[in-house]
Amino acid sequence: MKRIITLSLLLLVCITIIFNACQSQAELDYARYYVNGKGLYEAHCQNCHGEDGKGLGQLYPPLTDSLFLKRNRTKLGCIIKNGLSGKIEINGQEFDGQMPAETQMTNMEIAQLVTYITNSFGNKNGLYDVNAAAADIKNCDK
Amino acid sequence: MKRISYFLLLTGLLSSCAQKEQKLPILGSREPVEKTVDGKTVVDTVYQTIPSFKFINQDSVTVTEKDFDNVVYVADFFFTSCTSICPVMHRNMLKVYHAYKNNPGVKILSHSIDSKYDTPSVMKKYAKKLGVTGNQWQFVNGPHDEIYNIAAKNYLVSVEEDGNDPQNYIHQGWFVLIDKQKRLRGAYDGTNPQQVNQLIKDIQVLLNEYKH
Ligand code: HEC
Repeated sequence: MKRIITLSLLLLVCITIIFNACQSQAELDYARYYVNGKGLYEAHCQNCHGEDGKGLGQLYPPLTDSLFLKRNRTKLGCIIKNGLSGKIEINGQEFDGQMPAETQMTNMEIAQLVTYITNSFGNKNGLYDVNAAAADIKNCDK
Repeated sequence: MKRISYFLLLTGLLSSCAQKEQKLPILGSREPVEKTVDGKTVVDTVYQTIPSFKFINQDSVTVTEKDFDNVVYVADFFFTSCTSICPVMHRNMLKVYHAYKNNPGVKILSHSIDSKYDTPSVMKKYAKKLGVTGNQWQFVNGPHDEIYNIAAKNYLVSVEEDGNDPQNYIHQGWFVLIDKQKRLRGAYDGTNPQQVNQLIKDIQVLLNEYKH
């Protein structure tokens, strides 16, 4: 009897460990994308969009417009890769500037950046992985 | 080399700020000059000063050193299409602008190093988008050589055109503080928020010198 209890306890512990490991694998992925994305953001984007994502006056738009980022989730990769110009409206304010292209960026880097910006500055849209980036980048010209 | 000397000066500056009776150092070259006062020969020191200049601002108005008589001012070098350090510099300069907004004793002078592209109307648009109105913060443009000379020789900021750089210019992001006698009183890395906060404090220290 004592043995059965010990065994089932052991089993329970095993299941818990495995279950936790699975759960934290997804969390780990997210964390890895996010942290790398933060580093890329600091190196490539922060000078214009700011540490807090608030942009700079009417020169550079903020990244705090959650609705815009959610609606354009599949286009963010293309914005990064090809740059952006022309009139857009962010937080109800018009911008008409020019964002330089980052043509050399890999799909992985784009995925990390999109994960970072869409989960910072008041946005919370979860992981955007490399497969999603690859699919969206293919459709850039369309 | 210039960077190193600025660093040394800056270190001196920072340590001097720790003292009770605050006074900013005087930077740049200096020369002892002999003078005769009451029949006696005394040695006086002549400090490096900003010479006369003539540029055009964002309102197409001519700006000279006279517009900066009797004020302390902060000078820097930028260009409107710069995508590297300029956005950071002017995000930080906005803090200086807001800290002394409507104080007639403080001005800001931003020189464009892209005389071809940065016409007055381009600079006006830039200023407006940045949120700058009036003429406390002037954006000026002038003949290429004059801007580059005054940068290197007088403000001690190095700017160069570089064919290898995709942005075509390399330049330093110094904010240089000039006093009412047009002497250099401080140099701060305009891309570094801590140094810019120090500049905001030092402007007040400099203004206090003129209160007595
Ligand atoms: C040189 C300055 C500059 C840099 C660097 C820059 N951007 Fe932009 N960005 C802009 C401008 C200007 C616009 C608006 C363009 C327009 O008006 O059409 C913009 C627009 C955007 C937008 C869409 C509008 C919004 O605010 O949501 C996103 C998303 C964006 N940038 C993300 C990034 C990311 C990510 C990076 C780094 C890879 C980056 N930007 C680097 C200047 C810049």
